[in-house]
Amino acid sequence: MDKLLNDFSPGLFVVSTILLLGLIFLMVKFAWKPILNSLNEREEGIQSALDAAESAKLEMQNLQADNANLLKEARAERESMLKEARELKNKMIEDAKTEAQTQANTMIEQAQAAIDSEKKAAMAELKSHVAGLSVDIAEKVVRQELSNKDKQLALVESLLGEAKLN
Amino acid sequence: MEPVTYNLIGAGLIVIGAGIGLGQIGGKAMEGIARQPEATGKIQTAMIIIAALLEGLAFGALFLGK
Amino acid sequence: MKVAKQTFKFFVVACMFFMSNLAIAETPNNDGGQVDTKKEVEEYILHHIQDSHDFSLYSYTNDAGERKHVGFPLPVILWGSNGLTTFMSSEFHHNDDGHVIVEKNGSKFTKIHSKIYELDAGASKVAFDETHHATNAHKVLDFSITKSAFGILVIGLLMLLWFSRLARQYKTKKIPTGFARVLEPLVLYVRDEIARPNIGEKHYRRFTGYLLTVFFFIWLLNLLGLTPLGFNVTGQLAVTACLAIFTLIIYTVSGNKDYWMHILWMPGVPVLIRPVLAIIELAGALVIKPFSLLVRLFANISAGHIVVMSLIAIMFTLKESLGVVGATGLSLVLSFFITLIEVLVAFLQAYIFTMLSALFIGMAVAEHEHH
Repeated sequence: MDKLLNDFSPGLFVVSTILLLGLIFLMVKFAWKPILNSLNEREEGIQSALDAAESAKLEMQNLQADNANLLKEARAERESMLKEARELKNKMIEDAKTEAQTQANTMIEQAQAAIDSEKKAAMAELKSHVAGLSVDIAEKVVRQELSNKDKQLALVESLLGEAKLN
Repeated sequence: MEPVTYNLIGAGLIVIGAGIGLGQIGGKAMEGIARQPEATGKIQTAMIIIAALLEGLAFGALFLGK
Repeated sequence: MKVAKQTFKFFVVACMFFMSNLAIAETPNNDGGQVDTKKEVEEYILHHIQDSHDFSLYSYTNDAGERKHVGFPLPVILWGSNGLTTFMSSEFHHNDDGHVIVEKNGSKFTKIHSKIYELDAGASKVAFDETHHATNAHKVLDFSITKSAFGILVIGLLMLLWFSRLARQYKTKKIPTGFARVLEPLVLYVRDEIARPNIGEKHYRRFTGYLLTVFFFIWLLNLLGLTPLGFNVTGQLAVTACLAIFTLIIYTVSGNKDYWMHILWMPGVPVLIRPVLAIIELAGALVIKPFSLLVRLFANISAGHIVVMSLIAIMFTLKESLGVVGATGLSLVLSFFITLIEVLVAFLQAYIFTMLSALFIGMAVAEHEHH
């Protein structure tokens, strides 16, 4: 132990303390601070680049999802539009049909009415004609009666037959 | 006997003790590593630290006797 | 990249190994004379472990019989009884046993076993007692730029150069190129494996600078110690003590209320035991922790140097029993593998020192959940 203490040189201790203090100071100032700062910066840079890549990937995924959604929506819209158009077409056809039907119906009714009125008029005319004829026939028959009874009867018969044929 | 011889006996005893201790540390560390290879780094660090402490003790004793 | 790094490492290791062997094999002596016997080897190794006042690579005896030393002197700065004195270490002429006396500033200085003594007033020659201690001289405060201080300066400048270049590179590019690219993962390693997990996400930024400095300082000095230049900086008690005291000051100053509470008045234990625990905890925090830090580093590196040099010395000590080739071969093989292990130890010790510092700081700043 005393040999060790004898070997211990206080002078060297002081000198090495001074040198080491200076070295630590200089190294921290000129080497370690800039080196560690740059290393930290680099690591942060790498980290932020990784983060950015990750977020870009996420965004990309979102974008893709959005695209798919849009596509789906567009498809649905087209579908609905087509459906609407089809419905519209059907409705229009239906409408046209019903309108045509009603028009036809009214026309038919009108025609019917016209025919009826014509028929009535014709009937009235016929009736009056028949009445006139009957009067004429009656007149003739009366005249014939007056000349020949048989002949008169025959005439009435024939006239009646004629009248029926009319 | 001369005092130098006593010193040498003491040094021998220290070395025996330190040797046993180091053997224990190393052996147990090996066992630990074999059991849990994924903890190798941690075990090694702890092993070196403990070995260093033991070594410091042994050296201290050796130099006190010198 | 990995392969290139490994190749580079291997290259460095191989260079170190060959150079260290070559240099030390060529220079078996430092202060004159041959190093052949066991005792001389021991002395040589102990001398190497110590700090020295000049930077000498090797010495040899020339044809005229003079000792020549290859290296250069370093400045000696002393605070003696007559105030500050400076001169170059060459004035001692590589003498290490108190025979050369330098007279400067009204005081007489001499160097004995790598320590500088000032002679007492009136004395002109060092007198030794029987245990080879000087009786008429006393130690002076020695602020010299010794070999270790020189090593610290070299490594400090290298670190400043390398890492400020790395810092400058970030201004122009995101990823550094060249040598700085090797340094960046090391910085990241210390930050992510040592500072962050041990101190915690909230506080680690404040201490990372210190931990990084200490880690590279110790590692590079350990590696420098493996080169044949003969540095043994992290094997100097003064240097490791200085490092440990830095850590002590940092974790003592930055300790929060909880930390002091747990040391001085441990919650959750009976009141009678608390003062006893406080004494133990205080001793642990203020003495044992820094002591274990400083002794561990010092002992590991010194022991490593002693082992490597002893194995190299096999070349001389076993020359007779194994022959020149056998002894050299044995020494080469053994010292090669020990040098490889020392390269590992150089890293491991830097790692452990930094790791334990981070752990101690982490304990001091940790925020406990209240029980």
